[in-house]
Amino acid sequence: MNMMKKYILPAAALSALVFSTFNAQAQTTKLGKDLTPQERVQLSQMAPGSPPPKDDELVHIPPTMDDLDASDLHPKMKEAIRRGYDLFMNTQQLRGEYVFNNMNCASCHMGEGRLPFAGPVWPAAVTLPGFRGKNNHVNNLEERIAGCFTYSMNGKPLEYGSDDMLALSLYHQWLATDVPMFPKNKIYGRGYPRLPDPEKAASAERGKLAYTENCAICHQENGAGVVANGEVIYPAVWGDDSYNWGAGISRLFTLASFTMHNMPLGQPNSVTAQEAWDIAQYINSQERPQDPRYTGNAQETRAKYLDTFHKHTLYGVEVDGKVLGQHDNLGHKDFLMPDSIRPRDFSGKKP
Amino acid sequence: MSFVSFPRKTLGWMLAILSLSISSYSALAAELDAEAVKRGKASAAICASCHQADGSGMNIPGGESWPRLAGLNRDYLVAQVNAFKEGSRSSPTMTPFAGMLNPQQLLDVSSYYASLPTKPITVPNTDPAVMEHGKKLALEGDWDRYIVSCSSCHGPNNQGVGVEFPGIAGQQPSYIAQQLEAWQKGVRKNDPQNLMGAIAERLNSHDIAAVSAWLAAQPAQ
Repeated sequence: MNMMKKYILPAAALSALVFSTFNAQAQTTKLGKDLTPQERVQLSQMAPGSPPPKDDELVHIPPTMDDLDASDLHPKMKEAIRRGYDLFMNTQQLRGEYVFNNMNCASCHMGEGRLPFAGPVWPAAVTLPGFRGKNNHVNNLEERIAGCFTYSMNGKPLEYGSDDMLALSLYHQWLATDVPMFPKNKIYGRGYPRLPDPEKAASAERGKLAYTENCAICHQENGAGVVANGEVIYPAVWGDDSYNWGAGISRLFTLASFTMHNMPLGQPNSVTAQEAWDIAQYINSQERPQDPRYTGNAQETRAKYLDTFHKHTLYGVEVDGKVLGQHDNLGHKDFLMPDSIRPRDFSGKKP
Repeated sequence: MSFVSFPRKTLGWMLAILSLSISSYSALAAELDAEAVKRGKASAAICASCHQADGSGMNIPGGESWPRLAGLNRDYLVAQVNAFKEGSRSSPTMTPFAGMLNPQQLLDVSSYYASLPTKPITVPNTDPAVMEHGKKLALEGDWDRYIVSCSSCHGPNNQGVGVEFPGIAGQQPSYIAQQLEAWQKGVRKNDPQNLMGAIAERLNSHDIAAVSAWLAAQPAQ
């Protein structure tokens, strides 16, 4: 038995090496303990410097667009997935209609939404419908995407069931190919895995210095990023062109983890955890468009959504003598909450 | 409905402030001084033996290639010559010349080259499959190897962004390849925050050949 194992492992690694040169079927779905050495190398290249998967974590390496081309899916299916991919990578094509800031989906979900530690989007396809504390009801995939449009894009959702919404959801689902629904195991690198608490309490003052050193070359000292010839080159991290006060990444722990695992571009895990927390503290103590759940008073809004959200943000908190988010600035849109965002009721007792 | 209505007047003011705050990035691009360009032209004679009279440079596969300077950002050019002086870039042919320009001459010559129009360069025939690979790296990258696309920093169509990120479309192919190799060897290290170095070290020789050829064949604006 032992001999068999010894023999099989190098052979499997070798064949994986040989076949990887074709690069057509890169997709993998298994538990951490079952990964081949070759797959471990592949994962470490996708998330340089991030911790490797634990034995009982579910690891999924989603298909690439090359895999899509090489697949035998129906051409109409390929077309719809490509449309979803295109919307995901270039969400600015919806600017002024659904997107009212300088963000693309891919601005936060790095690497086409496929990478661990970079907000991979395929987990949404296998864990939803599911309960979300943020809106206190059971959400489906479209509704989850609608949340991104409402908060992170400071906009309004694509219509439920529309061609573009279908295409975008389909892209998420296709990335999840072969992953079982509602997996029981923890998903490796899901979202932006929370960093340990900082050694020293996060400081916006230190964060400003670290921001200048590491981030300002692209995102600029004023946080506005760069737009040239009407095209967004580097996204805004605060101000009117950035995410609003209800976006997931306005939470300090989310931005700290995003920063640590993804920034500066091309150099994940190059800042220290302390720097990541400090940078998050600095960026997320700057002003940005209003939380769409605004009641007219930021402190009241903070209190209303404290446990489920705002205890992790600086919204409604007094910083330098000003209460963050106490303003009427909606960014570039002219509405607060999109019409289609509403509660659900599964009690069966609806009037 | 939890709508909060904003008075029209407030909204109008907000929009006015907004439109003011949308800064034009071109302010960051070097504004060229006509006098400096004229002076630079006179001082540039010595540069032309390698970089050519029209600033197009020359592709010398196997030898040291000379980059196109025409149309590049003025301050980027200044920074490169200074990098040769201080040793964070190195070239057998350029290093001896770098010290010959005083700061004013360097600014003038850089202004001159920045002012020159770009011309398409001659790109050696390359296998279409190689070009396709180069295009993918330039525009999409290869995230499975954490290679971000060239355009994510060098901007739309790889035309360059500001002082730090030069235009690389329509650059001489062997020059691009040689620079990527220089980063891999640690000979070139004048990029801010090792932004280029980190990517260069993940490229293999096939990637470098492909991306250099594809970029060279794209128009520089």
